Amino acid sequence: MKLFGLMLCAALVGGAASNGAFLIRNADVYPVTGPEMKGVSVLIENGKIADIGPKVVAPKGVPVVEAKGLRVYPGMIDSSTALGLSEVESVRETVDTGELGEFMPQLRALASINPASEHFPVVRANGITSVMTFPALGGGGGRGGSGARQFISGEAALIHTDGWTWEEMSIKGNAAVHLVFPSLGRGGRGFGGEMPGIPETPAETGVTGAASQARRTYDEQIATINRFFEDARNYQKAKAAKSLDFRTDLKYEAMLPVLEGKIPLAVSASRATAIHDAVQFAEKQRIKIVILQPRDLAKAAAELKEKNIPVILGKVLALPQNEDDPYDASYTLPAEAYKAGVKFAFGSFDNQFARNLPYQAATAVAFGLPYEEALKAVTINAAQIWGVADQVGSIEKGKWADLLITNGDPLETQTEIQRMYIKGQEVDLSSRHTKLYEKYVKRP
Amino acid sequence: MKILMALALSLAPLGAQTLIIQNATIMTVTKGTLKGSVLVKDGKIAEVGEKILVPTGAAVIDATGQYVIPGIIDSHSHIALGGSVNEGSISDPSMVDVRDVIDPEDIGIYRALAGGVTTIHALHGSADSIGGQTITLKMRWGKDAQGLIFEGAPPGLKFALGENPKRAGNPSGRTGMGTAVTARYPATRMGVEDAIRQSFTEAKAYQAEWADYRAKAARGERAIPPRKDLRLEPLVEVLEGKREVHCHGYVAEELLMMLRVADDFGFRVNVFVHGLEAYKIAKEIAERGAGVSTFSDWWAYKMEALDAIPYNAAILQKKGVVVSINSDDAELMRHLNTEAAKIMKYGGVSENDALAMVTINPAKQLQIDKRVGSIEAGKDADLVVYDKDPLSNYAKVQKVLIDGTVYFDRDKEMSGRAAKQAEKQKLIEKERQNQQQQRQRPTGRQG
Repeated sequence: MKLFGLMLCAALVGGAASNGAFLIRNADVYPVTGPEMKGVSVLIENGKIADIGPKVVAPKGVPVVEAKGLRVYPGMIDSSTALGLSEVESVRETVDTGELGEFMPQLRALASINPASEHFPVVRANGITSVMTFPALGGGGGRGGSGARQFISGEAALIHTDGWTWEEMSIKGNAAVHLVFPSLGRGGRGFGGEMPGIPETPAETGVTGAASQARRTYDEQIATINRFFEDARNYQKAKAAKSLDFRTDLKYEAMLPVLEGKIPLAVSASRATAIHDAVQFAEKQRIKIVILQPRDLAKAAAELKEKNIPVILGKVLALPQNEDDPYDASYTLPAEAYKAGVKFAFGSFDNQFARNLPYQAATAVAFGLPYEEALKAVTINAAQIWGVADQVGSIEKGKWADLLITNGDPLETQTEIQRMYIKGQEVDLSSRHTKLYEKYVKRP
Repeated sequence: MKILMALALSLAPLGAQTLIIQNATIMTVTKGTLKGSVLVKDGKIAEVGEKILVPTGAAVIDATGQYVIPGIIDSHSHIALGGSVNEGSISDPSMVDVRDVIDPEDIGIYRALAGGVTTIHALHGSADSIGGQTITLKMRWGKDAQGLIFEGAPPGLKFALGENPKRAGNPSGRTGMGTAVTARYPATRMGVEDAIRQSFTEAKAYQAEWADYRAKAARGERAIPPRKDLRLEPLVEVLEGKREVHCHGYVAEELLMMLRVADDFGFRVNVFVHGLEAYKIAKEIAERGAGVSTFSDWWAYKMEALDAIPYNAAILQKKGVVVSINSDDAELMRHLNTEAAKIMKYGGVSENDALAMVTINPAKQLQIDKRVGSIEAGKDADLVVYDKDPLSNYAKVQKVLIDGTVYFDRDKEMSGRAAKQAEKQKLIEKERQNQQQQRQRPTGRQG
């Protein structure tokens, strides 16, 4: 491993400035929201981007990071992980995703996030400065537990991948409420939480009896969700009316930001029927939604575009859903979403492989997605979808200085992330992995 | 039977012909990288060079701006086995053989091809301390089970250490591969070592019985042959160096244990499969000449993967161990080229050494490196054409040749999609009509 630090010379002049200011000098800056700027400098003050341009210079006493020939990108955002909630996937004691209970919007992912998780340094070393942490990895009911149906798993948090406490890490502690939409379909691994083995349409198998039973169950489940939302609406009205018999209910209280349109409902829905029904449901309930891990975009895209509903695309490096799908069906899905005009960001839907998010985006480029769109899908699009585009997702004045200094394209595996800043603070790029490497490579 | 086989072979896609791939960047892996051509004759690489005269009648593949590498070899895969991966009933079912369950119609084969994989090592899972007999296959999509087998590749035997074999035997633990398994010995790493030692102790005794019998028979003495034991036979083959040990293991202590068990019984561990903590005992592994076939960057999915680091391969290589990067996964195997690129990132190995980890190194581990794993005259024409540098995330497989025959062609794949879609629609329509007719028929007449 090369010592990257030596390549950059931080000329510390008379100690750090009191507001943490520093200047990245003479870099090629890729702001994502605008065209590339060659040979410019970025001034950071109070953790935020204060100025960018060819003539920006360091005020007296402000340290300078020389970045000639290097590139600066905004930190990347993974729109779906369980980071901080799950350490060793197979050891129940280290996993805090998937609580019991059907409707649990009051559960906060944020306050259970372990800032000292070994995963954060590993993930951020590849350029990921923020993640969405979701309260459930599957349908819920406890990991490896009863497999009980869970509809609403809790509040997902958008956090920085560095910080001393979860409070310090929080960008938006309650960025979305997570609903696992029922499904008739097969497939749907990970977040999808879909029930396997049930055909979507009678024509798929010809087993009409099983299909109609599945349809009944599905309709009942959707009715159950609608009832919960209606109860929440009634609660909202009762609260507004200050009615005498009003009692605080934590579940319904947690639904208010969704009902008021302040945050989206993040809906796991993979197949076309589920996506369509989720969209209808959102219309009926007059709420904002984001679809997680859609697979059948060919059928669903037009409606998603028309209703302006964004999606979080799952793993690009995935097997096709069906045996007779084209071999590259998962690779081309992002390009299809783009061509159909659907707004999207990428999520790894994983902890272990979250660090490969940029490479998943690159595969989408190999299979037809314009490069700029791939970059947006791991930066500004995610920030917009989760309602924090005023804070993160691009290099613009006034935003948090979540920055990467690289020697190339951050979506390419071989590129080195040489320095990283979160909220203007330089982040240690070492991890459990680099430490074990350094220890054992020296073994005589 | 033989005639039928010959007929089937003659019907295989595009019989091997003389062809030349021109104007490509050729990454031979063993003989450097050059701009030039590869000439293929009778299924073999005939010539590699900057300028090669095109023989009359040769098919020409113009690969201007493209890259050619040797076919990718995945030394750990479970595709094409119809899901028959773990026997699971006893801890040492060494008599079971994946050869008996090869599924040539597994779509995983075509998908692997489309990812540049030409050869796989198909083996059992890791629920049993001795999992069963392994086989090396070529991804000759369209051939029957027999046609997939890599002729002459040495047979293997799968072993497994650690959490997986002990989990299957621990009633308080999570069960093996999703299904409930009754308590079964072993349930600890101590027990796994014991189970393997027990099996080899039995095998030694069995070997001695046969040796004794053969000696007597050779002397013309009357002797009764020992009863044949199909479980012990493959273990005797291991002891006699006729069958290679592929041992799944994660933590350093169990890998070292296996090396010492091998020392004690006088056999060699050919390859440690996964070996995520092999970097901690690289010295001992190198001393015994064992290879390691590992993941690029998997970690933390279970306790024994907590100290897994993506620098594993780089450290091992530095210490003189032959390292390959495997997939163990029907999806991951489709981009082993970029998995190799991760070893450049984590540990700084060269592009050529990284590429070697998915080509010539696994070939060495499977002892098929005289046939495949590099682009050299005389070797099998197993070649992959990429549109860009194969160690870039932006590279796409364009063509895959096995034995000089094109088995995957992206242009054909793309141009054939519309017709396939139309055929599917027709079949669905037909099925719909069948159902309508069935509904109209009076009941009780269908069976």
